[in-house]
Amino acid sequence: MSGTINLRDVSRPDSEPLIHLENEELMPLPAPLESPEKDRAWAALSEQCQTRYECGLDDTCAVNIPKPETREEEAQLVARFLSGLDKLFDKENNWTFLEPLLLTMEHCTGCQTCAESCHIFEASGRNELYRPTFRSEILRRLYFKHVKRGGLLSAWQHGDIHLNWPLVARLIELAYRCNLCRRCAQSCPIGCDNGLVARELRKLFSQEMGIAPREIHENGSMLQLKAGSSTGMNAEIVKDNVAFIDQDISERTGIEVRTPWDVEGADVLLIHNAGEIMAWPENPGAFALILTLAGVNWTMSSELAAYDAINYGLWYDDAQFARVALKQMEAARKLGVKRVVIGECGHAHKALCVIADRIVTGDLNIPRESYLPLLRDIVLSGKIKFNPTRNDFPVTLHDPCNMVRLMGVVEPQREILRALCPQFREMEPHGVNNYCCGGGSGFAIMSGNNFPDWRFHVSGRKKLEQILNAFSDCLGPETPKYLCAPCSNCKGQFRDMITYYGLWQKSRIFYGGLVELVVNAMADVKPGFVDWEWR
Amino acid sequence: MTAAVYLAIYAGLLIFLAGCLRRILAYSRTPIHLRWEIYPLPHEHPYRAAYGGSYFETQEWWRRPQLANRRGEWRVMVEEILFLKSLREFNRRLWLASFLFHFGLYLAIAAVGWAALAMACGLLPAGARFSGFDHVLAPLAKVAGAGGALLIVAGAIWLLLRRVADPTLKNSTRAGDIFNLLFFITAFALLIGGYLLRAPGTASLGELARGIVHFDRSIRIGPAFGAGLILASMLVAYIPFTHMAHFIAKYFTWHAVRWDDRRNERGSAIESKIPAVLGYKPTWSAPHVGADGQRTWAEIATSNPTREAQK
Repeated sequence: MSGTINLRDVSRPDSEPLIHLENEELMPLPAPLESPEKDRAWAALSEQCQTRYECGLDDTCAVNIPKPETREEEAQLVARFLSGLDKLFDKENNWTFLEPLLLTMEHCTGCQTCAESCHIFEASGRNELYRPTFRSEILRRLYFKHVKRGGLLSAWQHGDIHLNWPLVARLIELAYRCNLCRRCAQSCPIGCDNGLVARELRKLFSQEMGIAPREIHENGSMLQLKAGSSTGMNAEIVKDNVAFIDQDISERTGIEVRTPWDVEGADVLLIHNAGEIMAWPENPGAFALILTLAGVNWTMSSELAAYDAINYGLWYDDAQFARVALKQMEAARKLGVKRVVIGECGHAHKALCVIADRIVTGDLNIPRESYLPLLRDIVLSGKIKFNPTRNDFPVTLHDPCNMVRLMGVVEPQREILRALCPQFREMEPHGVNNYCCGGGSGFAIMSGNNFPDWRFHVSGRKKLEQILNAFSDCLGPETPKYLCAPCSNCKGQFRDMITYYGLWQKSRIFYGGLVELVVNAMADVKPGFVDWEWR
Repeated sequence: MTAAVYLAIYAGLLIFLAGCLRRILAYSRTPIHLRWEIYPLPHEHPYRAAYGGSYFETQEWWRRPQLANRRGEWRVMVEEILFLKSLREFNRRLWLASFLFHFGLYLAIAAVGWAALAMACGLLPAGARFSGFDHVLAPLAKVAGAGGALLIVAGAIWLLLRRVADPTLKNSTRAGDIFNLLFFITAFALLIGGYLLRAPGTASLGELARGIVHFDRSIRIGPAFGAGLILASMLVAYIPFTHMAHFIAKYFTWHAVRWDDRRNERGSAIESKIPAVLGYKPTWSAPHVGADGQRTWAEIATSNPTREAQK
């Protein structure tokens, strides 16, 4: 069925999926998953899901949009979509991205250079639905027809499309089939940005229609603004958990560690992705140990949203994005810290250091930076003694898109790995030309219905290929291998994808952050900080 | 015929300039947007630009002035404009056809410029500086014009065949795209054919240039060449109103988006633009946004929907 769909099909009035993927059609993987039979079978969408929700796009369902019950309800939803479409191209409503969006709408030549760069398109077996321009072309035609109020001449020049509820429902789902990695935008000869189109569509659906995946809205940004963290931890709980981590790290390393909280005038306010505290406590523990030993004057904040660096609004909603960013900066201002340092979380890096730069003003504009240059300078300074032979196992590095292609932090992590990991090897391609882990833009935390099947088979497939290729000389289970992913969301994707394909059992591929490798190589720390215990 | 050709050329140029100006103003008047750069950035230090690094790779980056490596930018721009570098790098199958087409356009533009210069030199009194340059520039303009037109026709036919035959382009090909390529092929085929096969006594390129300036209706223009000139003038007028105006867009997409890493520093131009946009009053309808057309963007950004729901 792949490759046969036409743009007109998105308006098809039935609720049948436009495409269906078979493992045989997907991009082949290297050993040990080299034949489609070795791939996992997909779980089918449940009858209940198909009955209750709009599932007319492909084999999965990410957003769970309830099916309208009447024609009137459908018409109202389409009217709200049209209202949001107008606002997307209005400066009062969308100053944040109006210029790049207009440029993308009005100048794409349809050359398909972007498609050659898209990991989702390639991994799907080059399925037309996942071509980066497929969703952009729908929005473009709607823009010229309904925003620019184009007539027959415009339809001839820009192409026509029939707007109805099935189209809107499919477009909502299609906005969540892009990782927003912007590799396509990097290669576009004109500078058009199909990643931005997916992001702006998500914004329209969220800010106008109140539609967004539960995991990133209700359980994500809303929970963060309510409790302080999308993990649900309030300030007291997070302090308790960190105290427990400090105790555990002190015992494991033999070095006393105590995380400072709310220290006024500290040099560094460190903000972790709070998911680390829950899922990978050795990561914040390693940070605390390194900063303590390096003599950095640092603190964490117990203010609302300031002990969780995540900012899911980056992926779908400007208002939610700005609210979280401003709360984090307000906490920094209150403490009077000299700088804010972001821990191992890619999207938090870009959100606070780059994107928020044009909404923070006055005394809220406190400098923000990645932890990577600080860590590199500590490691290379000689303040801490290292024994790289403790890391003498194959290590490869994943480049989180938000830190690398979208922020330009490329070398510090490599300088550390070259110094501390004798068997470090690059994936190909890497650096700013990297591929997304497949969990970007919220996918790593979206596990409803059978969405993980799509996430591992399609969006994560190119990265999986890269990982297996990087370790192709030592794939057997006798050699433990370390996939270094200095980003919490990427780690979540790797944990789930490696488990899904049984690659810990088959090939002993382990994953973890960068600071864990740094502590593992510390000469004065008890050996075995990287414990090779799967979690 | 001659007067019609002149009028078409005047009108074509005027509409082209007005259309370009309109488009430039439309983009330059959009408000400042959030940072959305993509690395590598060519204005970084050459060492960093080579692998895509940024100033964020340095601790306390704000203590150092932002680098503006304009030479790096120019190098990338020249490679991109003249040789379509990103297309060659990321979509080699399309590159040659597109390169022929675009290089043909550059040659055609150069031919017009050189013909104008030759005419200006020809008007100079004998012995004046540059007075003999028309003997060099005029043949150069003829060669560039003929070569350019041939490349445009060849490139456009190749692109058209690809548009029609390649199924991967099906969903992003509109009727207008086919028309645009046919427009180029027809106009430039008539220009080159009409000029090369023109009857004795009809205007040369230099005579035509002089005639355009002086509105000299006494010169004769062959019907095919004249039709080519009229069609080419219409094409020139049409371009700014289509996505073919990407030569304008590209300035903005690259300089104002992809390469825009300007910092919001105290007292900077960026900082001065922010209060205006924070004062905008959005009207998004979803309840969690809390936009009612009265609250400003800043007020919405500093509100907390979970606290307001509890009130």
